[in-house]
Amino acid sequence: MPKVTMRVNGRQVSGEVEGRTLLVQFLREGLEMTGTHVGCDTSQCGACVVHVNGAAMKSCTTFALDLEGAEVKTIEGMAAADGSLGVIQQAFQDHHGLQCGFCTPGMVMSAAALLAENPKPTEAEVRHYLEGNICRCTGYHNIVKAVMAASGQDVSAIAAE
Amino acid sequence: MYAFEFKRPATLAEAVTALGAEEAQALGGGQTLIPTLKQRLAAPAVLVSLNGIAEIKGICTDDAGRLCIGGGTTHAAVAKGAGAYPALAALAGGIGDPAVRNRGTIGGSLANNDPSACYPSAVLASGATIVTNTRQIAADDYFQGMFTTALEPGEIITEVRFPVPMKANYQKFVQPASRFALVGVFVAQFKDGVRVAVTGASTGGVFRWTEAERALSANFSAAAVKGLKASADDLIADIHGGADYRAHLIGVLTGRAVAAC
Repeated sequence: MPKVTMRVNGRQVSGEVEGRTLLVQFLREGLEMTGTHVGCDTSQCGACVVHVNGAAMKSCTTFALDLEGAEVKTIEGMAAADGSLGVIQQAFQDHHGLQCGFCTPGMVMSAAALLAENPKPTEAEVRHYLEGNICRCTGYHNIVKAVMAASGQDVSAIAAE
Repeated sequence: MYAFEFKRPATLAEAVTALGAEEAQALGGGQTLIPTLKQRLAAPAVLVSLNGIAEIKGICTDDAGRLCIGGGTTHAAVAKGAGAYPALAALAGGIGDPAVRNRGTIGGSLANNDPSACYPSAVLASGATIVTNTRQIAADDYFQGMFTTALEPGEIITEVRFPVPMKANYQKFVQPASRFALVGVFVAQFKDGVRVAVTGASTGGVFRWTEAERALSANFSAAAVKGLKASADDLIADIHGGADYRAHLIGVLTGRAVAAC
């Protein structure tokens, strides 16, 4: 079988994969990093979003072999070195930006990509950017609030529900 | 997904050779093709990724003032880098969602020619030229029906050359679940006339609305197309909207596009 080598969360990894192995399968089954979720498997829900060379991508719609030498960041790479939650993760907890949590890895990775290119987004910009991430629990309000809070903006005026 | 051999050539020449294999299929960003493979609606023996080919990525302006976009350029890169043609940059920035735009490519979209894709309308309305590894194809000759193009098997889109209009605008009525165009209209005004291309509406794929082009070439204003009604013949009728509804949207969106120019 062909072999692929990439960096995941700063760590050099490699493994044998099939041509049809998706990045998310390589992460979850090959590397046993199950933080990245498969929600729909049809490229619509965004639960599988990771960063590839700094850009948000759907890991269920990218082949592992197409990412030879790439720099991949997953939800496992979002916590601080001591294991404490990263700023965006902490904001999701503080503002109840999740209920079942299934969409959260993708939400956090998309939010991180947004804040990297737009550090102080408006509420409308957050909603627009997250249009490829589907949540069936929260109704989105608290997710948007959490992302706004993670950007360091005052969210006291944003409705909690 | 059925199994296949995956190849990732680093040059165009290697990709052309790889695509010469029996049952070989080119892979652009894969944002349509990978879901299609998952549903087993396609089963290539060899998948040739074009994502490692640096020479078909990037944006520049040629001596004729045309905006030239490499076939492997992502929608996100066009949204950021096509400032010389703002309507095209805006169109690219509205395709799918951010993760799709970071992976999907202009060449992939045009090779697929989805009847509801955004890019075909810009290419046709701009009178762009599609450059492949073997030839140049005028937009008017390129689109040949739903999911059908002038491309030969194994032919790769290396570049798309857009003449930049004086004024242009794209209006998309979004099908909210897929974010594809329920109807999309691209209006481009050039010195020698106006071109209007419609996507999302026809069973024959993207097409030019010549009645509107004539009216707008005589008088470039929303009022000029106000009474004009697109024909509902051969328009798509599905769960999202009937043919009459789509015909109505074509008129409304054309007016909006002109007003926004």
